[in-house]
Amino acid sequence: MALVEREHIDERAGRLSEATAGDFIGLLKPRVMSLVVFTAFVGMVLAPATPNPLLAVISMIAIAVGAGAAGALNMWYDADIDAVMSRTAKRPVPLGRIEPGEALGFGLFLSVFSVVILGLLANWMAAGLLAFTIFFYAVVYTMWLKRSTPQNIVIGGAAGALPPMIGWAAVTGTVTLESFVLFLIIFLWTPPHFWALALFKTDEYGRAGVPMMPNVAGKAHTRRQIFAYAVLVAVCGVLPTVLGFAGLAYGIVAAALGGGFVWYSWRVLRDGGADKNAQPEKALFGFSLVYLFAIFAALLCDGLIARFGG
Amino acid sequence: MPEDNRKPNDNGDSDRIKPTKAQLNARRNRSIAIAVALAIFVILLYLASIMKLGPAVFDRAM
Repeated sequence: MALVEREHIDERAGRLSEATAGDFIGLLKPRVMSLVVFTAFVGMVLAPATPNPLLAVISMIAIAVGAGAAGALNMWYDADIDAVMSRTAKRPVPLGRIEPGEALGFGLFLSVFSVVILGLLANWMAAGLLAFTIFFYAVVYTMWLKRSTPQNIVIGGAAGALPPMIGWAAVTGTVTLESFVLFLIIFLWTPPHFWALALFKTDEYGRAGVPMMPNVAGKAHTRRQIFAYAVLVAVCGVLPTVLGFAGLAYGIVAAALGGGFVWYSWRVLRDGGADKNAQPEKALFGFSLVYLFAIFAALLCDGLIARFGG
Repeated sequence: MPEDNRKPNDNGDSDRIKPTKAQLNARRNRSIAIAVALAIFVILLYLASIMKLGPAVFDRAM
């Protein structure tokens, strides 16, 4: 039991933490992390080299931990706005289960740790990209863009789009046009995904003071932007086949998925907010999640067949 | 938010912190998680070192 000099006791020191390991795992944004792991894995599989399986697994863990560290730094900085939004109010810092300083220390430690491990066991190109991703998400997006411009998730989306490029670099040590296309698919997918959410959570973002596109430029403008980005995503989705690093079957699946994305975005544009329950926006948001998972799953299948199937 | 656990001693001074059951359970949970994470880390790093450096890692001149 701790014996503490009386003069050193203050209000905060008098409380012992009730945070469990689960709370700290919650700081890492496990759902975002699972998407990062999945897309980074696809990047590794598509890369034109065969890594040692164990080193590949450790690289995946390092990428996942690095992404989680960025999430912890985001939760440290954004605790004030997380507390006023229903989607984020139950995160460990706004709930008071983890002190902001603990989240900061945890995030910084894991950031350095993950980058060093990836550098030592894979290569420093991949480690540099991971470090850039963490910096971009925590500093450029969270601390700067998120509260200052409606283009926040457009530019900040680069952080979420980098994992397949890191996975590719972990295997090859290079950044190529192919890995850039994987980056581009997620980068262009991010704005319509988050703006669909922002269209039916406009009030919450407004209350939190986050200048999302619907709050700043209006919902009609946002709907047009969503449609434009959906078209770009659909075109970009078939680029792997056009550029020759994915097969025709993938191209057909990607075209169908892209068509679906454009269709759901068209419904949002055509509805123009007439549906008070925001069903078109909610449907687009749901489909966008399916789209990203499905298109990377299709790339994964294509890559595995190319590697082992013939 | 965890409660304030400072308990007064015989002199009425609050110089000791007595953890509640919830806090002790949480601390035990965190300790086990740290132990498991460290064990996994050590095993993975050992195996990775062997993979990365190969059997020659044992052939160093002393």
